[in-house]
Amino acid sequence: MSISAVSVRDLSKVFSRRKGLFQRRRRAALSDVSFEMERGECVAILGQNGSGKSTLVRLLSTLLLPDGGSAHIFGHDVFKEARKVRRLVNRVSVEASFFKKMSAAENLAYAARFYGMGPRETHAKIPVILERVGFPSSRRNESMENLSRGMQQKVALARALLTSPVLLLLDEPTTGLDPRSKQEVQTFIREIREAHDSTILLCTHDMKEAEDLADRIGLLDRGELLFLEPVEDVKQRYGVDTLEEAFFAATGRTYEDERTEEDEEREVFA
Amino acid sequence: MASVDATFTRRKILRDELVGLFGVVERNLYLTKRYFLWDLAFLLWTIANTLTIVFIARGVDLSPAQQNVLATKLLVGGVIWAFLGIIFEIVTETVAWERWEGTIEYTFMAPVSRPVHLIGMGIYAVIYGLVRAAAIFVAVVAFIGIHLPHANYGAAIALLAIASVSFIGVGMMTAVLPLISPEKGTQLGFVAQGLMLVVSGVYYPISVLPDWMQWISKISPATYALRGNRDQILHGAGLAWADVWPLLVIGTLSIPVGLVVFRAGERYAKKHGKLKRSG
Repeated sequence: MSISAVSVRDLSKVFSRRKGLFQRRRRAALSDVSFEMERGECVAILGQNGSGKSTLVRLLSTLLLPDGGSAHIFGHDVFKEARKVRRLVNRVSVEASFFKKMSAAENLAYAARFYGMGPRETHAKIPVILERVGFPSSRRNESMENLSRGMQQKVALARALLTSPVLLLLDEPTTGLDPRSKQEVQTFIREIREAHDSTILLCTHDMKEAEDLADRIGLLDRGELLFLEPVEDVKQRYGVDTLEEAFFAATGRTYEDERTEEDEEREVFA
Repeated sequence: MASVDATFTRRKILRDELVGLFGVVERNLYLTKRYFLWDLAFLLWTIANTLTIVFIARGVDLSPAQQNVLATKLLVGGVIWAFLGIIFEIVTETVAWERWEGTIEYTFMAPVSRPVHLIGMGIYAVIYGLVRAAAIFVAVVAFIGIHLPHANYGAAIALLAIASVSFIGVGMMTAVLPLISPEKGTQLGFVAQGLMLVVSGVYYPISVLPDWMQWISKISPATYALRGNRDQILHGAGLAWADVWPLLVIGTLSIPVGLVVFRAGERYAKKHGKLKRSG
């Protein structure tokens, strides 16, 4: 029997913040979320800010502990076998976070050391992987603060790929990028899918991006996973032509609807 | 699945941990290189600060020989204050700097173990702290003209290195504070440094302290580092077992306690969603 790449069962996360001296306000960031992903599959999770996308990614990255449910990555319990899971997973998030004064090559080497890659290995691999993501290798010794946002995001992709993750978590990897950089990143994600054995979980606001890249699309709304299906099945289920219309049908709101105070709080908490 | 599980053999894990440890030291070297001028400015400030303390000896109505002894005692206090400050600062940066740069999530989701990560920070802190302490010592001795004909520098460095194990252990406990409070956690590390030194006789003999503080001084590693270093610099004493064994005991206890405290803080941060850039 084959093991799922990702298996999430009734996963829940509640955040609480102090409100006043004696009160605490609690908001559910994820509520009983369940889904499976097969090896090599690309699944996109759509949702507004504060819908729980980043919480899901951070739970699967072992950066959060859940309040209920379970998650397994290639059969390993994410919360009990965190170190084994960490070796299998890497991520790219909306902010290409780096040591700004260090160069791209130094940042990549630092990240790679934590995955057991010695100087000889990184010396050979870093120029190659940078070229692959469309970053001119000749600029690898420039400090990160001198690189554009698009260039930094390419280095972030290189950081994730350098460790050969079998599960790649992409948390809004193209948000805030100019159209050209966005297209380059999306093209590269396609290449990873074609050339590698990577399973990809892509969290995004961008419905077109989700439709273009993913095998199945899920919608997280206020912490609940409303559906996770191939895009055509989603459209058929709601009898609509676009994902925007499916979002409206599934949630009863438009994507641009005014957010409630609870939504705002959920975003801040998560 | 075989290929996935093959990555978890014990030998490979050990090798990877050592590479990870090297990576932490290497990254700190890169950062020191990049911030060299800032670090140099901070070193000058520390030298000036130490001078303000050591000059006190020159203003006291004592014979030149007695002034020399007092200046040396104050200098050792000032150098150990600076050394301890750097160790706490660097170990505390395990969290604080990564959070500021936004890399904290990437580092804490990497497969390197937390003890290796923290010990890597500690090793770099000790190397950097020793180089810096030596620079402060040499600068102040040259500036004030202190005579140290009997100084046993080898023994002094060895004792400081032994004491560093305990300092790193305490530093691990304070390193967790920025995880709990991103805004104020780092400053609380300075509180620990100050509290440790005030009971350890940093610029005065322990005998002047109230009894209850003298009791606390017995569990402070700085007490033995200060006492031993003063004997070594003034009288050329070697490594005294009376100073070494308490440091070994405190070091053996403080590292595991530091790791337990850090682990508890990390768990709290993961439970409450604080292990992220913005806290």
